[in-house]
Amino acid sequence: MNDPIVSARGVRKSFGHVEVLKDISLDVHAGEVACLLGPSGSGKSTFLRCINHLEKIDGGQLWVHGERIGYRRAGGRLRELKEHETSRQRASVGMVFQQFNLFPHRTALENVIEGPLIVQRRPKAEVRAEGMALLERVGLADKHSHYPGQLSGGQQQRVAIARALALKPSVMLFDEPTSALDPELVGEVLDVMVQLAASGMTMIVVTHEMGFAKEVGDVVHFMADGSLVESGDPRQVLEDPREARTQAFLSKVLA
Amino acid sequence: MTRTAPDRLDEDLPVLPARYTGRWVAAVVVAGAAVMIVYAMFTNERFQWDVVGQYLFAPPVLSGLLNTLLLTAVSMAIGIVLGIAVAVCRLSANPILSCAAWAYSWFFRGTPLMVQLLFWFFMAALVPKIVLGIPFGPSFFEIQTNAVISPFTAALLGLSLNEGAYMGEIVRSGIRAISKGQTEAAKAIGMSRAQTMRRVVLPQAMRVIIPPTGNETIGMLKYTSLVIVIGYSELLTSVSIIYSRTFQTIPLLIVAAIWYLAVTAVLSVGQYYVERHFERGFSPVRPVRAGRNSGRPSGPAPAVPAAAAASPAVELERLK
Repeated sequence: MNDPIVSARGVRKSFGHVEVLKDISLDVHAGEVACLLGPSGSGKSTFLRCINHLEKIDGGQLWVHGERIGYRRAGGRLRELKEHETSRQRASVGMVFQQFNLFPHRTALENVIEGPLIVQRRPKAEVRAEGMALLERVGLADKHSHYPGQLSGGQQQRVAIARALALKPSVMLFDEPTSALDPELVGEVLDVMVQLAASGMTMIVVTHEMGFAKEVGDVVHFMADGSLVESGDPRQVLEDPREARTQAFLSKVLA
Repeated sequence: MTRTAPDRLDEDLPVLPARYTGRWVAAVVVAGAAVMIVYAMFTNERFQWDVVGQYLFAPPVLSGLLNTLLLTAVSMAIGIVLGIAVAVCRLSANPILSCAAWAYSWFFRGTPLMVQLLFWFFMAALVPKIVLGIPFGPSFFEIQTNAVISPFTAALLGLSLNEGAYMGEIVRSGIRAISKGQTEAAKAIGMSRAQTMRRVVLPQAMRVIIPPTGNETIGMLKYTSLVIVIGYSELLTSVSIIYSRTFQTIPLLIVAAIWYLAVTAVLSVGQYYVERHFERGFSPVRPVRAGRNSGRPSGPAPAVPAAAAASPAVELERLK
């Protein structure tokens, strides 16, 4: 198999005395859709946030595209990277948040082109054309001049996906992208994600949508209490889990 | 209550608003008081409206007004820039910067403005010479403090440094009002801290910052009158010079009050437009529905979004 896009080896993370990530090791390969499942507080969102250094890891290693995230080796130790180096690494990792976090004072199109225009300093005409194409892709070209406050939750999340795609990331992180949505708006966001997966994008998705994990996921990682409990083919993990912890969780969720 | 007819469920009766007698009484009392005040102002000859009219556009008054406006504008401009710097330092992870910003606010908010003005004006007593050079080493440039500190520079230093301390707190409250999600989203698309502050945080924080800054500007307009103690000829000083000569104290104070009120009115209109500018995106023209937890007023719920129907062909079979 080809080299993994994202590699975690023994990743550890604590908030004060609470150990939220205990020795997490996993690989995500190019074009793979990896779903992180587990009860709330299991550390799956924290792990996702570590991948673009929104959270700092306390131990272990995290690599994206052969580059160590957030740190460089200095002698026998790891020195945290400076802000501009971290920023550069983040640009190759797209992130979609549970609460969308669109910039409310900018229109849909302005949100999408903010990264390419301000961070990558590319010409405005070129960036606008690409931004419109991305909005087209998420089915919102006609809403390009709307402010986030004028869009439904589902539409906001689709704009947020377009914004993350604008920097042409090599991997997309989704942090419970549909958890803040009214039930009837979940489908439109999942449809965009399905399309994205079909286009070959590498995706790591923290979700409670078992249907998405089963139908679209290539691999499912089940986490509980900061540990990776079980990984494998979605159908196998969801329909015939090996671990008791996974069985207990699924019996509650699928009941 | 007389019932003209028995109630029936199929009746369609006209709807009338409730009646409040108290509102009418209050309106009459307030309107009456207003009429009496205006009547007293125009019939009491001691107001000397003719003298007011005579001095309202007098050259010394207008030049005083101009100085007041200049002092207000420059002091506020410096104060706002200082305030942003103080707020950013205060919220910095660097403990020395944060402490320094706190100490600055503590000192300049904690001493009377008039003391600060006098202090700057008499700075030569404390520091007779201002020297530029290497600390404890040779100097390149020396100047007598009294040559630098005019009433204008002393007024400017006093007012703007004091304002910076207050603006610091106002800007800090504005920055803190912006949710962490906004800075995280900015980081996630690779923005630096400076870009995040300039492009994402401050433009949104302005909504919180503008109304108290309007207060500060109007306050500053009147605090400038304190510079009378160091003899800078702003509006109140100019007026006081005239009435100390003519003893027409009341009409000349009215002249000053009229100008302060007029400028305040103009500033209030300006504030309205500045506020409207920063409302961009926050008061939707066509409210559809704000995201949950976004803290914005939500409009009526939309029908099923049109785009959902037009979205991808890949149908997802959702369990449950």
